[in-house]
Amino acid sequence: MRPELELISDWIRPGARVLDLGCGDGALLAYLRDRRQVSGYGLEIDTANIIKCVQAGVNVIHADLEAGLADFSDGGFDYVIMTQTLQAVRHTEALLDEMLRVGRQGIVTFPNFGFWRCRAQVALQGLMPVVKTLPYQWYDTPNVHLFTIRDFEALCRRKRIDILERTVLDHAHRAWLGSRLWPNLLSEIALYRLSRA
Amino acid sequence: MPNTFPPDSVGLVSPQTARFVEPLALDCGRSLAEYEIVYETYGALNPDASNAVLICHALSGDHHVAGYHADGDPSKPGWWDNCIGPGKPIDTNAFFVVCCNNLGGCKGSTGPTAINPDTRKPYGPDFPIVTVKDWVRSQARLADRLGVRQWAAVIGGSLGGMQAMQWAITFPERVRYSLVIAAAPRLSAQNIAFNEVARQAILSDPDFHHGHYYEFGVVPRRGLMIARMLGHITYLSDEGMRAKFGRELREATPNFHFNFDTEFQVESYLRHQGRAFVDRFDANTYLLITKTLDYFDPAADFDQDLAAAFHRALAGFLVISFTSDWRFAPARSREIVRALVRAGREVSYVEVPSEYGHDAFLMPIPLYYETLRSYLVRVAREVNGDAS
Repeated sequence: MRPELELISDWIRPGARVLDLGCGDGALLAYLRDRRQVSGYGLEIDTANIIKCVQAGVNVIHADLEAGLADFSDGGFDYVIMTQTLQAVRHTEALLDEMLRVGRQGIVTFPNFGFWRCRAQVALQGLMPVVKTLPYQWYDTPNVHLFTIRDFEALCRRKRIDILERTVLDHAHRAWLGSRLWPNLLSEIALYRLSRA
Repeated sequence: MPNTFPPDSVGLVSPQTARFVEPLALDCGRSLAEYEIVYETYGALNPDASNAVLICHALSGDHHVAGYHADGDPSKPGWWDNCIGPGKPIDTNAFFVVCCNNLGGCKGSTGPTAINPDTRKPYGPDFPIVTVKDWVRSQARLADRLGVRQWAAVIGGSLGGMQAMQWAITFPERVRYSLVIAAAPRLSAQNIAFNEVARQAILSDPDFHHGHYYEFGVVPRRGLMIARMLGHITYLSDEGMRAKFGRELREATPNFHFNFDTEFQVESYLRHQGRAFVDRFDANTYLLITKTLDYFDPAADFDQDLAAAFHRALAGFLVISFTSDWRFAPARSREIVRALVRAGREVSYVEVPSEYGHDAFLMPIPLYYETLRSYLVRVAREVNGDAS
């Protein structure tokens, strides 16, 4: 998670107000608080994670993302962040809309299903891929929507969402040249900064 | 009374009384010329007086929140003893814990049972109806008396949570953290309706005598008992009552009696709760506090905008609700959280799965107590330094 934290942190204006959807143990918010003096809240459904957030002194709000963000007003946050969460929600499209309603900008990271190892496992072995960023078996995965970088960018075009910035990370989670030339094939994780056009 | 107490108990405690002779102006327009507040403290105040925690009680609570009284039942410690003590979530090794009986109460602080200096008779129904704001102002005077400039935390469940909220709004600089548990930003029509039925039960009892029953040597037992039975139903959840009583009968006989005796276990339970309550609580205080609940509405002072009310606050908030609580349901706590977020306040919120209904706020539910403990450990570190 470390390189991802740093990359996201680089995108965030100091002192900003952020909302982290599916904030887990609060590591990103704690990092942004310490490095970028941000204020904000994490939404989390898992109670063990909520306790960890409380221990870390991170504002955490027990909530189910599938129910939307009705408790939050339009443009109430500078950034709404969703790290490694979009693939695990049912109402993907609705949540993207909500994200860009509540936040002036959205930051999304997800595991790229187009990564060559995923492709190889499906094509050569005929099995659903199990890789570092997608470590689950098909029958116990929390991921309900798997998609690729090209899929995601096509959705953004269709929904008129502006991609302000994109960074892709390879299997070693570096942002090297190869994964920038053939992102959909060579990158394992994609990071986007978005806004509503 | 045992000579030894559990190691995580605050042990033997005794109430103290603070007398105030400076008049206290009340929201109703009247004022109390002088009054007494009964309170208990546990743990030690640190040298810079920054580790004090105020516990606010709910409708039927009092100042005896933890430990044992020398003349009390050794099996019955204070009403939140499972949460307060050395090593407990509200850790008396780290905090100086204060709890007082609120004005208008019947456990020693000035209220309807106290003698009115003007008439030399008990106040009875003439005791002014006090509000949550009045309570907070009277508690602030107690804080002054104890040398507490700022509470490390104000903590309360139900009506106690409303006081914790009001503290942060009325005295922003005097509250570091506000812990609001199983509360609501104001009562709903349904909440007020239940209170009104409870009041009517008391008011229509022939022994009530317009509230002057002390002079007749009686108490409105039937009315107060019905009020408490009704209240108890709202403190439990449907699923909890099913699990605890179901349709179980008191006697193993398979046949109904076809009369109005107590046949079902739940009837027996409610009657027992009602009777026990009559022996320890005053009907005028019950009437008064139900009105205190009905009147609570911090948004009313800010154009019905709760976020504007919280905008003044400086405290960090922890809001906790319980899934099966239908008296102050999780949706009511989320209203509080929504307003706090809009006001830009620090807030965490946990919705604890439980089938105990509203009563859950007194239960040692692991997720609930782990949340309190984790939150308060950080508060303690902040006020005591890394020593604690």
